[in-house]
This record gives sequence, C-alpha cells and structure tokens, in this order.
Amino acid sequence: MTIACPIPATATDRIQLGHGSGGKMSAALLRDRFLPHFTNDILAQLGDAAIVDIGGQSVAMSTDTFVVQPLEFPGGNIGSLAVHGTVNDLAMMGARPQWLSAGFVLEEGLPFDVLDRIVRTMADAARAAGVLLVTGDTKVVERGKADGVFINTTGVGLRTADFAPAPTRARPGDAVIVSGPLGCHGIAIMTAREGLAFEAEIVSDSAALSPLVERLRERVGNAVHTLRDPTRGGLASALNEIAAAAGIGVVLDEGALPIPGPVAAACEMLGFDPLYVANEGVLVAFVTEQVADAAVEALRGHPLGRAAARVGRAVAAHPGMVVLETAIGGTRVVDMLPGDQLPRIC
Amino acid sequence: MKYLSEYRDGRVARAVVAEIKATATRPWVLMEVCGGQTHTIVKQGLDEMLGDVVEMVHGPGCPVCVTPLEQIDKALALASRPDVIFTSFGDMLRVPGSDCDLLQIRASGGSVRVVYSPLDALELARKTPDKEVVFFAVGFETTAPANAMSVWRAKELGVENFSVLVSHVTVPPAMTALLDAPDNRVQGFLAAGHVCTIMGWTEYEPIAAKYRVPIIVTGFEPLDILEGMLLAVRQLEQGRHEVENQYVRSVKRDGNQPAQDLVSRVFELVDRNWRGIGPIPRSGLGLRAEFAAFDAEKRFDVAGIRTTEPTECRAGDVLRGVLKPFDCPAFGKICTPEHPLGAPMVSSEGACAAYYNYGRFRSAV
Repeated sequence: MTIACPIPATATDRIQLGHGSGGKMSAALLRDRFLPHFTNDILAQLGDAAIVDIGGQSVAMSTDTFVVQPLEFPGGNIGSLAVHGTVNDLAMMGARPQWLSAGFVLEEGLPFDVLDRIVRTMADAARAAGVLLVTGDTKVVERGKADGVFINTTGVGLRTADFAPAPTRARPGDAVIVSGPLGCHGIAIMTAREGLAFEAEIVSDSAALSPLVERLRERVGNAVHTLRDPTRGGLASALNEIAAAAGIGVVLDEGALPIPGPVAAACEMLGFDPLYVANEGVLVAFVTEQVADAAVEALRGHPLGRAAARVGRAVAAHPGMVVLETAIGGTRVVDMLPGDQLPRIC
Repeated sequence: MKYLSEYRDGRVARAVVAEIKATATRPWVLMEVCGGQTHTIVKQGLDEMLGDVVEMVHGPGCPVCVTPLEQIDKALALASRPDVIFTSFGDMLRVPGSDCDLLQIRASGGSVRVVYSPLDALELARKTPDKEVVFFAVGFETTAPANAMSVWRAKELGVENFSVLVSHVTVPPAMTALLDAPDNRVQGFLAAGHVCTIMGWTEYEPIAAKYRVPIIVTGFEPLDILEGMLLAVRQLEQGRHEVENQYVRSVKRDGNQPAQDLVSRVFELVDRNWRGIGPIPRSGLGLRAEFAAFDAEKRFDVAGIRTTEPTECRAGDVLRGVLKPFDCPAFGKICTPEHPLGAPMVSSEGACAAYYNYGRFRSAV
C-alpha cells in the first residue's frame, strides 16, 4: 500500500515566529542552522551558560536578547528583564554573576521618557543583582525597523568546583522542586499586550534568582544536580530539555504545581496550558531525595521562594519523557510544543 | 476556584470511575462529540482511568479537524492578498492546507492576526478603513451567535471593509451521518454542552429515539465527563435510549432563544464538506442572501477554489471510530505531530496526536 502525503511537511524556506517559541521549532533551528557551523566542546554542552576555564578559574558566560512587547508591563520592563534573564542563566550554572554588557537597538521616535524609565529600571535591577554593567553599545534604526527598543545583554560569572549544577547531572530518584508560582510573567505580558482585563492584576515575576541559588548552595551544596529557569516554553519545555540531556524520565504531580488562581483562570479563558507559559523569576531544581525537604525550606526562607514546592521526581523509566499525574488520577505525556502555544477555539 | 476545583476532585473522580466499572457488565463504545471534551479526556488521562470498560471514540466536534481542506485553501488565498488583514481564532493558524498553513503565510508577508472574538475583528476593520478585514468564521453552533453578531453589526454600522469566510457546521447532521454508516460502532453519545447551551436538546430527541442511542448533554470538566459516561452506561445497561442533561448548570431544554434567533436571521442551512468525513447535506451554516455583501468568498472571488480531499489519509475512519490510530499504516511512521498527514495529528487533542503521545509513554514503561 502506498501512502501519499496530502499535507506537506511543516518545513519551509524561511523563519517563522514559531522558531522563537522555545519549542521544537527553536530546537530544530539551532540544530540545523547554527550548531553545524560552530562546533566546539564548550558550545556542545548547550547549558543556560557556557563554562570556560580562564587560568584555572571556572567562568560562566551567557548572552540573551530581549524583544518583549509591550516594553513596560506590570512587574517590570524590558530593562529589568534584560538584566534578570542573563543573570539567571549564569546562576543556573551555579555561577555568581559579576559583569554585564548591554547592547541597545533603538528605534527612531522612541520617546526619551520611555527610554529613561527602561534604563533606570535596568540600573536598579543590576544593583540589586550585584552585577556591574561594564560595557555597552547603542545603535539607532529607522522607524519601523525595530519595536521601540531591543536589548542584548551578555553576562560573566564565576564558579567554584564544589557547586556545579548541570542539565546532564539530573539522576533517577532526584526530587523536582520549583521555587515559586508558575505562569505569572507570560500571562502578565499577554494581558498587557492584548488589553485583556481580569479582576486580579497579574504581575510579572521577573527577578534575579541568584539569592535563591546562594541559599541552595549554602544549605545543600552539590546535592543540587540541575538548575534551570523555565522561561519561554515554560516548565514543560525546561523539563523536557533536562530529561533529554540527562537521559531520565520526569513524573510531575499536577496537584503540587503552584499555579496562582488568577493565572489558572486566565489560562482557562484563553485556552492555554500554564505548563507552557513563560516565567522570569522561577527556578526548577533537581536535588537528591535526601536533601529535598531542606532545599524547599531553604528556598521558602527567601521572599522569592515562599511558594517553593516539590512538584515531581526523576525516574529511570521513559527516558527523555515528561509525564504528568493529573489531579484527578490520570496520566498524560507533557511533550514539547512544536511552536508557540495558540489559543484554542473550544 | 469556583466551578473549577469542585469538578476536578480526584477522590470524587475515583468514586465515579468505580461506579462506572460496577455498572457496566460489558464494554461499551461511547463518542464524545466535542473537541473541548476530547481535550479534557486527553489532558486529564480519563480514558486510561476507565481501562476497557468504556472505549471513548473522539468525535468530529473539533473545528480544527473538520474544516474542509478547500476552506483552508480559501483562507490561505485570502490571507496572501496584500489588501487583506486575515483574522482568526488561534488554533486555526496551524491547520495545514494544500501547500502551507496560515503561520507560513504570515512569515511570507501576509497579514494574519489572532483575535479572541469576531467583534474584535469588526473593530479592527473600523480602525483600518484602508484594509479589507476578513474573519474566519469557523466552528459549531457555539461560535455561530458571536459570528452572526459581527455580521449583523457590520451591516448595522455600514462597515464595508469587513467580511467573513464562513465554514460553520452543525452537530446533529454529523451524528446521524455517523449513525447511518454501516460500520458504525458508537453506542452512545456525550453531546457537546456548549452547543446545547445555545441550541437546547430538543433536536437530539428524535435521533435518540430513531437510532436507539442514549445522548447525554455533557459539560467539559473531568467530573462532568465522567458523570456523562456513567449516565450513558446506565442507560445502555438498562436498555434505555433517551436524551439526558448532565450539564444542568448551563443547559436548558430550549437553549438560548435570542442567540438562536440571531443565528437564523444571519445564517441558513447549507450543504457542507467535512474534512475526513465528506459532504453532509444541510450540515453547515452559510450567510443568507441579504448578508451576501459580507461573504468573503463572493467579495474576493475565491468560491471557485475546489480541493479534493486526498483518499490516502484514513482520518475519516479515525473520526468515525472504525479505525484506531494505531492500525493506520501511516501512524507514527510517516505521520507524526511534526509531520502530520491528517488533521487529527495536527492539534494536540486530535485523536491521532493523543494516541501518538500516549503510545510513546506506554511503550516506554
């Protein structure tokens, strides 16, 4: 029997928005178009930050570009986000963030008062995170060629050998912990962008995670196997990446997931799954079972970690796959999405 | 949360599942009509909880799955026009047409926007008078009133740059088409609660009587669906075949009369193609002659686009419940969520995509 394909493959000859979603399309973009040209052992690790050795000192380096719309949203703006995003990528590799660079692409016509607010917030965020902005660059493009302002930040942090979390170190038996409520950033941005009004304002969780990482380092040290900040693509995508990198399975307990009521309500109305919604001030940690309670307690001692909770466990079964035990007693696979999450009709 | 947590109580769910298992003396085949119910079943893992006692066939009530290829191709043709802003509910954007999907049209320069209501599309038309705004009016009786309202308002306000590409379908003709098929296996239905919120359930009474099938008007939360299954299994075990309302907090026997009136003033019954099932007479809604000025097919001359459904895809057999996705020769081999051959593999709640993910898990443990 021959089967003709009535629908063409999703491959096409140009970039689509879904390539920026953090899902399967993003992974394919990296794998097919970038990695073949830049092969080296450091890049091949594909962690949140690269780990390089400078004269015996382990150094973490990471870069991120910020294109959020609207530029200002409840809980922050593109400036604070640009600091937190990069600082957090360093912290997830166990590094203490030290220095930042910042590159600004400014669109003709951007009001100075907007720019001033962004820069001031950015400076406050850097101060609070304990990083110095040590070099920068500005470029201006014609009206219509950029969305107000784009910011790139690169960060450098220092690591010690006694604390080296990495995606590949997650092991069967590890407890999976999240540090705070899920989905706030993505829903805050969405409601601001679409002009949707809900009874309770949902505020972005954008924050530097380094204080939480310090607490974990002090209390449980290298029993922390893996850290990840589940940004675009949400917790589901982050866990899928870790499961694939470490060759483990992950089992999530739906009833334990800290999803705030207003986020759950917004997701119900919009047809979204909060597991795929972006966070900017939450970390997920894989720690040994022995220290799991201590790790949760350590996180809860900080305002950012008050809602910290054990949400699942790593298992040897179904490697590379994330499975959710639903509150009602069923089981389902939590796969990576192909591209962006789309609101459902029904 | 009010109306959420009460209907997701694991303890109650386990009790209802036990009751279903205690009631059934043999396996029964039920169909949930609506894609929203399929979503709950798949997302909550309800089918797995029931084991072999109740086999759920995922029905044709998902606009993503049943909007015919030729309507998708018309949407792609409209969205490609430089003078058009094409607006749609979100999940239609990834449905593949013959050559590509709306996301790819957008990447190639077409103006494609997601809206949450057709009235937002109408508002967009008023704000951008130099562009033609087209709304993709798909869905069942649930979305029909708001879509009708957008056309009604456009006429009232004299908005000349707004039009709709209509691909509306209705539930009862699809149910009878399924029941008339000689290889039908479905023994009872969970009717779509939101469709019945608009339409009521009187039109299901003759179907239940003629085909001797229980039809349970059912909601969308996990406990709604489990209770709907229990009511259906009870009827089957007792040899009854009636319309019963599980979704009492939303549905009345006669439905929402003002909404029905609006729909019948703007739309009329037309023959409609269903993707994977084929043509069903008087199964769709089309604009009445007095609203023809708002018909995008006429305004932009795309009515002539005719696309034949490919015969190789077995999606129709899957939607009718006579073929399990596992038994399709293409399943999991040349047809995967990344490279779907048919619509049920496209959306995450499509029957094939659901089996694909679940099957990966089963074979791994």
